[in-house]
Amino acid sequence: MSKNNLLFTLTLSLLLAACTSTTSPTQVPGKPTPLTVMTHDSFSVSQEVLSAFEAANNIKVNFVKGGDTGATLNRLILESLSGSTPSADVFFGLDNTFLSRALEQDLLEPYDAPQLAQIPAEFKLDLENRALPVDYGDVCVNYDKAWFEQNALPIPTSLAELAEPQYANLLVVENPSTSSPGLAFMLATIAEFGEDGWLDWWQAMKNNGILITSDWETAYYTNFSGSSGRGAQPMVVSYASSPAAEFIYAETELSESPTASLIDAGMCWRQIEFAGILKGTKNRAAAEKFIDFLLSQPFQEDVPMQMFVFPVLPKAVIPEAFQQTVESPNQPASLAPELIASQRDAWINAWINLMLN
Amino acid sequence: MLEVQNLTKDYENKPLLKGVSFEVAKGELVCLLGSSGSGKSTILRIIAGLEEPESGAVLWEGQDLRDVPTHKRGFGLMFQDYALFPHKTIAQNIAFGLQLQGMKEEEISRRVKDSLESIRMQSFADRPVTELSGGEQQRVALARALAPSPKLLMLDEPLGALDHTLRTQLILELRAILHQSQIPVIYVTHDREEAFGLADRLVILHDGVILQQGTPQELFEQPQTAWVAEFLGLGNLVPGVVTQSKPLTIKTAFGELKVDIQPHQFTLGQKCQLLLRPEDALIGTQYSARENHVECLVRDSLFMGEYHQLELLCGETMLFARSQIPAKIGSRLEVSWPAEKIRGFPG
Amino acid sequence: MTKRPALLTLALWLIPLAFLAFFFYQPLVAIFRLVFSERFSQGWELFAWSQVSKPLNFTFLQAFLSTILTLVVGLPAAWLFAKFDFPGRKILRTISLLPFILPTVVVAAAFNTLIGPQGWINQALMALFNLSVPPLKLLNSLPAILLAHVFYNTSIIVRIVSSSWSRLNPRLEHAARLLGATPWQAFTKVTLPLLLPSLLSASLLVFLFDFTSFGVVLMLGGPQFSTIEVEIYNQAMNRFNLPVAGLLSVIQLGITLLVTLLQNRVNTPRYGKAALNPEKSALSRPARRWQKVFVVFMVISLILLFAVPVLSLITRSFVTLEADRGQRGEVMVGFTLRYYRELFQNRSGSIFYVPPIQAIRNSLLYSGVTILIAGLLGILTAYAMARRARFNKFLEPLFMLPLGASAVTLGLGFLLIFNRPPWANSTFPLLIPIAHSLIALPFVVRTMLPAIRSIPESLREASRSLGANPLQVLLKVDLPILLRSLLVSLVFVFTISLGEFGASSFLSNPHAPTIPVAIYRYISQPGALNYGQALAMSSLLLLVCGLGSLLIEKIRLPGEELF
Repeated sequence: MSKNNLLFTLTLSLLLAACTSTTSPTQVPGKPTPLTVMTHDSFSVSQEVLSAFEAANNIKVNFVKGGDTGATLNRLILESLSGSTPSADVFFGLDNTFLSRALEQDLLEPYDAPQLAQIPAEFKLDLENRALPVDYGDVCVNYDKAWFEQNALPIPTSLAELAEPQYANLLVVENPSTSSPGLAFMLATIAEFGEDGWLDWWQAMKNNGILITSDWETAYYTNFSGSSGRGAQPMVVSYASSPAAEFIYAETELSESPTASLIDAGMCWRQIEFAGILKGTKNRAAAEKFIDFLLSQPFQEDVPMQMFVFPVLPKAVIPEAFQQTVESPNQPASLAPELIASQRDAWINAWINLMLN
Repeated sequence: MLEVQNLTKDYENKPLLKGVSFEVAKGELVCLLGSSGSGKSTILRIIAGLEEPESGAVLWEGQDLRDVPTHKRGFGLMFQDYALFPHKTIAQNIAFGLQLQGMKEEEISRRVKDSLESIRMQSFADRPVTELSGGEQQRVALARALAPSPKLLMLDEPLGALDHTLRTQLILELRAILHQSQIPVIYVTHDREEAFGLADRLVILHDGVILQQGTPQELFEQPQTAWVAEFLGLGNLVPGVVTQSKPLTIKTAFGELKVDIQPHQFTLGQKCQLLLRPEDALIGTQYSARENHVECLVRDSLFMGEYHQLELLCGETMLFARSQIPAKIGSRLEVSWPAEKIRGFPG
Repeated sequence: MTKRPALLTLALWLIPLAFLAFFFYQPLVAIFRLVFSERFSQGWELFAWSQVSKPLNFTFLQAFLSTILTLVVGLPAAWLFAKFDFPGRKILRTISLLPFILPTVVVAAAFNTLIGPQGWINQALMALFNLSVPPLKLLNSLPAILLAHVFYNTSIIVRIVSSSWSRLNPRLEHAARLLGATPWQAFTKVTLPLLLPSLLSASLLVFLFDFTSFGVVLMLGGPQFSTIEVEIYNQAMNRFNLPVAGLLSVIQLGITLLVTLLQNRVNTPRYGKAALNPEKSALSRPARRWQKVFVVFMVISLILLFAVPVLSLITRSFVTLEADRGQRGEVMVGFTLRYYRELFQNRSGSIFYVPPIQAIRNSLLYSGVTILIAGLLGILTAYAMARRARFNKFLEPLFMLPLGASAVTLGLGFLLIFNRPPWANSTFPLLIPIAHSLIALPFVVRTMLPAIRSIPESLREASRSLGANPLQVLLKVDLPILLRSLLVSLVFVFTISLGEFGASSFLSNPHAPTIPVAIYRYISQPGALNYGQALAMSSLLLLVCGLGSLLIEKIRLPGEELF
């Protein structure tokens, strides 16, 4: 008899559950200022560090995740084009491959954060300080240590070497038009071989049996032999910090990471992540405080274990486990943001025409 | 032609058929009569090859049909709900079996035309079957089943869903069509009027076994069990106990009755059932000298055309009797059943 | 109440139409107006027609092949579930539904463990024939896309077709057999034409799903394959070339509309109750040898297709292969609960950590509300469509369009119109169940419509003459008859909502992610534990979906056994 009421009861209890969840557990007297931060999917911060900031400044931070970096940026551009005030106050997660697009679209307000003085000039790509550097990481080729040992193959020391026959069919990369590490790696090859030579290298790689996937997840977990997916390729385009993650998130305690990165000169692309205050915010004061917080020592020291990237603040202390396993590339590649902005589409088209047709 | 041998079949782990055997001769119309749930339709489905028996066999002209699939048996079956193809017109329904025989188009359309004529539905040919009334559907279903000239025709309660007047009319029509076709027919029904009106031979099925088979007349005159007598509605069934074996005397609720006919050997003290046919009742004081007379109260008297049906209360027992003259309700009557007309069954 | 049928039909249409206009057409129009405005005119500079024609051709090819293959697998499976009783029937039926909800990343992982270069099948073949290279190269190929589409969509065919197949009067087929038809002829000449309405309905849904396929093509097909939807994503998200993305999505919508109209034109006949089984249809145990062979063959095939990938995924979530990966020696296999335990731990102290129970609760919450919205709107729409009114022909395709709309484009439209609470960014973003309802609505309508049409009007008239008011007629007459179809459609709504990722990921509050969103969080990071947790979370998703759909199917009404 009660079975026909099941659906009703189910939905009712669900609705009740919904209602109870809306009451926030931490209500500070004096009504905190709400601050909305738009960020990408990989953003993370520890509860402890954020709570300290919120309590100290009487601010309640509300995060909105807009997908990957590109999607989040596009979302903000769309909002600004539709003419309304931005739905967020701060944008975190812009990187140097997308920097120019954000600046061109005039999304951000300048803010000369006091903390900027302590940050090395190499990270400050926007001289007007609309986009402020927060962290950086490198996109590198990861390799399966055991596989190279077992097959007695020398570790490649340059991108050019990867095109040699002994490395045939061993590397998997992501499509630069659908994956951000894929794009970063393509930019590294342009920086390395120049605008005239990079396509030749890719042609050579194509002949050498390079494997292409659409996204990082497939490349890493389906194709890469060093991951838990135990794929077929011992080399993958990933992050310099991935070996650290394999070490820290291993099931059993390991003496060293099962993977490592190829970090010789010109083999990696440095990604710098920026934050900025969104133009038209009604919460400028709180937004400034949040930017200050992003550049402060507690957040900067939180960054490695939360997002597996390096802080831009030199004095920030980096955790031991991270320090041990993440190797810093010798001379990471870079290109001027303006050049990237003007050529990106043409490069991607050229790459697709060469590699996918 | 058709021989059904010792069929058994379980339904939901209970025996439904417990060894059923009967035969159908050439051109014969056999009625399978039984109450609903007695397994009549299942027998048809087994003969058709739509179901397999647990044991037993179906033989056609001596050949075991076990390995002959339904479509090769060449039997026709008309379903209780007619099962007309709703996506086809009436003509297409009738043509279906002919097309499968690989018949030429002209031949098919000629036969369909004849067939529609025989059921007097010529003008309906291109109508969808979904627009037909119950009686029309029944006729189309019959025409469809007959069209490919089946070796055997089976009809499963073909008049079940129709109203009474239509039924009486259709029984006559059906009889004419079936006799004309010369095809052996198994006709399943729970309705005894239908069965008596059509059958060459009756097979009575009860509780998974055949209780009796024979011509309608044989069954009418010599029912073998109390159940058959009751099911066929042959008359009053009265329980009693044997009190004397010579002459056979049976004590009932309204007095002792002498019984002459002895199809069974009764022993003293045995329980039995007596069949007192209403038409055998002798009514009036002129019979009071005879044996087996009993005084009854007239509860009701119904004019039935050729006779009056009397509802009598004899002691505590309700009995029916036929009378040539009406009786006054509330009056008392002397009724007797001649000893030689009473039938007795053990149990 | 029969005096103004058109008026009543319009009244039934009112709420569903308003819903669709507000939540579907409004954002679509807004985004199209923006992207085709002056502001974006420079997007046409690099435009070439091959950008449209190439993905369009491939989209048609793969959708057509996928639909055919899905039918090839789905039809016998539908027959199996409609007619036969065998041990494990219910579990197999539920398992065949599960692929429907799995995120593509997880399916890719599951397929990899099965048919990948190091997968079981290749390992076995290599060991068996002493090969040095994996013989099966299925990943990143058209067959991989087709296989995944069959894997995902067979349950649509199975559910919709087997529900109407089991209601089909079995005596129609028997009559054909007695008239001399072989089993195959009886199927093609009688059963198939009678199943055609629901078969076409289900195929259309499958086709549209395949046509707009995104994740499967991207991840399993690899980068050399591009459907329109993938190209829209690429143009909109990576190139920010919105006009081209807009053009592509207009083309996609137009084709969806065409296909839907075409399907409507294929005069789907209505036989009403003439084709229905007057008795309660009974499942039978396979009796004859060929039936036994068929059942065994189908059960094995379905287990291979559905249960093995699903089970291998679940098994993998309990198995550690990690012990000495660094040394690359013997693989140590061992049972572990570590992945599940780890789900309950917030090791990094992140504010975005979500305990599994809460993710399950979030998912159930959204799917519960989706069931309410889609169920209610779907019933209204189906009733409106079941009535005879001239304008129904034009309104019906409007409700199929959400299935063919580009999710990327619609998502951008949502962002334009509904970027504030309560629609987005709030604790309970209503837009999530609304977006899910848009996808699920066609399922409800397509499943309910044939059932509603099969209710004889005389039944309703009879109960009205016995003094039942319209509501009582609905509850006592219609509902018991419709219940089975309603449950089938609610199971779809539930699974669609539970497994949906795209809308949930960018509309949900990051502090309250759904299960698929949580799965993505784990699998988008390197590390054995993250991978394991993604598998563990996927297993939980499967469990929740399996239990939920079993529970929905358990709903019974008093008096239902009459029908």
